[in-house]
Amino acid sequence: MSEQIPFVDYLQLGDKPRLIANECTSCGARYFDRRNACASCFATDFKKVDIATEGTVTAFTIVAFAAPGILVPFVSAIVDCDGTSVRTNLTNVTPDPEHVTLGMKVRLTTVPVGIDEAGTEAINYAFEPAA
Amino acid sequence: MASDDIWILGINMTKFGKHADKDTVDLASRAAMAALADGGVTMRDMGVLAAGCLMGSGGIAQQIQKQIGQTGIPAYNVANACATGATALRVAIMSIKAGECDMGLAVGVEKLSGVGLLAGGSRKDDGKTWTRQGRYGAVAGVDGRIGTDTMPGVFAQVGMEYAHKYGGVDFDTFAKISEKNHAHSTLNPLAAYSKRFTLDEIKNDMMISYPNTRPMCSANCDGGAAAVVVSDAKLKTLSLGQQRRAVKVSASILTSDPWQEACQVLPDVNTLTRRAAEQAYAQAGVGPEDLDLVELHDCFATAELVHYDNLMLCKPGEAGAFFDSGATWRDGTTPVNVSGGLQSKGHPIAATGIANIWEVCHHLRGEAGDRQIEGAKVGLAHVIGLGSACGIHILEKSAA
Repeated sequence: MSEQIPFVDYLQLGDKPRLIANECTSCGARYFDRRNACASCFATDFKKVDIATEGTVTAFTIVAFAAPGILVPFVSAIVDCDGTSVRTNLTNVTPDPEHVTLGMKVRLTTVPVGIDEAGTEAINYAFEPAA
Repeated sequence: MASDDIWILGINMTKFGKHADKDTVDLASRAAMAALADGGVTMRDMGVLAAGCLMGSGGIAQQIQKQIGQTGIPAYNVANACATGATALRVAIMSIKAGECDMGLAVGVEKLSGVGLLAGGSRKDDGKTWTRQGRYGAVAGVDGRIGTDTMPGVFAQVGMEYAHKYGGVDFDTFAKISEKNHAHSTLNPLAAYSKRFTLDEIKNDMMISYPNTRPMCSANCDGGAAAVVVSDAKLKTLSLGQQRRAVKVSASILTSDPWQEACQVLPDVNTLTRRAAEQAYAQAGVGPEDLDLVELHDCFATAELVHYDNLMLCKPGEAGAFFDSGATWRDGTTPVNVSGGLQSKGHPIAATGIANIWEVCHHLRGEAGDRQIEGAKVGLAHVIGLGSACGIHILEKSAA
């Protein structure tokens, strides 16, 4: 079996995959990328925190027209995970406005991206309907 | 007695559309020379030049000088996303306010005909081996794998976020906003597109990123716009004719994003616009109810809706009902985008932030012909560049 790696640094794979943010120890602002200082309060100390794996869709679009190589249609969404907003694709849902709705409950899942020439498989995250 | 007011003395926009036989320097020069002629002045009178061409290779200000007049004045090359034109204008205004000169020229230009998607228009091919890059340590391009980078998609989410937060807004609402702007454009001879669409035509056109169909997206096109600004003291030395046509810049504001939760997950175009609006109304001493017309940044139909609220044209959360009331049609209480807006007039990026001011000035001067908003005395022009930058100018008819 090929080695698996997370698609981005802030995804942790394993039995219970989860997203991990850098949280400002001073004001609690959360970032998924590395920071020199907090954009909210300018402090420089951060700690790793787990992001809730269930959330609510607060915004979405169904992308029908994108750059070459990107499979369309797909659903791009913003998910409120217990107060932390996450940018994601929605998966395991029919990409039309009848099936994707504002306020729908979703949960974190993982999706394979592909295996490179070294035999390493990249695994990405997405959210899927929770019900 | 002179005040510290700043005035638009001359202003011009080229026709927006396809200009196959002209390059960006030609279009910028044409707009600049026309703005100078409109103000009755020459390059000899200018104490500063600020210019932008966002997709250009740089140095547009000096390239313009070589075509219209090299006088050795300070030249600033400005880039601030879709707010580039408004930023260039502010550079000229700030130079005058700083006392460095009494007249300045601002120019914005772009050639975008046929370029397709501007952001998210390409995604790098995956490498042969997964290699972490960038601030998120992604092993390959994220567009389409972790949400969308396309502008129609990002702004679709902006509109849907509003719909989720407040309700009373759906696909039809957004499509009707586009219907309004395309209807308005039929009166604008300088618009890139001036075709009226039915609601069904808009809804059934090619879907780009739900709920934005093709006519609900800003039109890529070529165009230039330029403005000459002057100090109050200098204006008083000019002819009565020049003074009568001068338009007062009652407020000139630029804001960037204050930190908000989620602002780096989905761009927050709301907070900085609301702050800019608050500052602009305070600076001008007018309120939203005083505005006779508004040109706001409808880069997508979904964006126009949220800015009704951000500019405080309606009560918080009531943008849907406000639009449904007919208020923003040209015969409504607060006409919005009577030029046709970016969806039909077009959006040559760096030109947009001056062209919207040209539109407002045109009405305040009573020179807007068939699309004149009768008796217009106060107008507001708004642009937003993702990243973000928000420029707001409030303009008032001359009392002279």
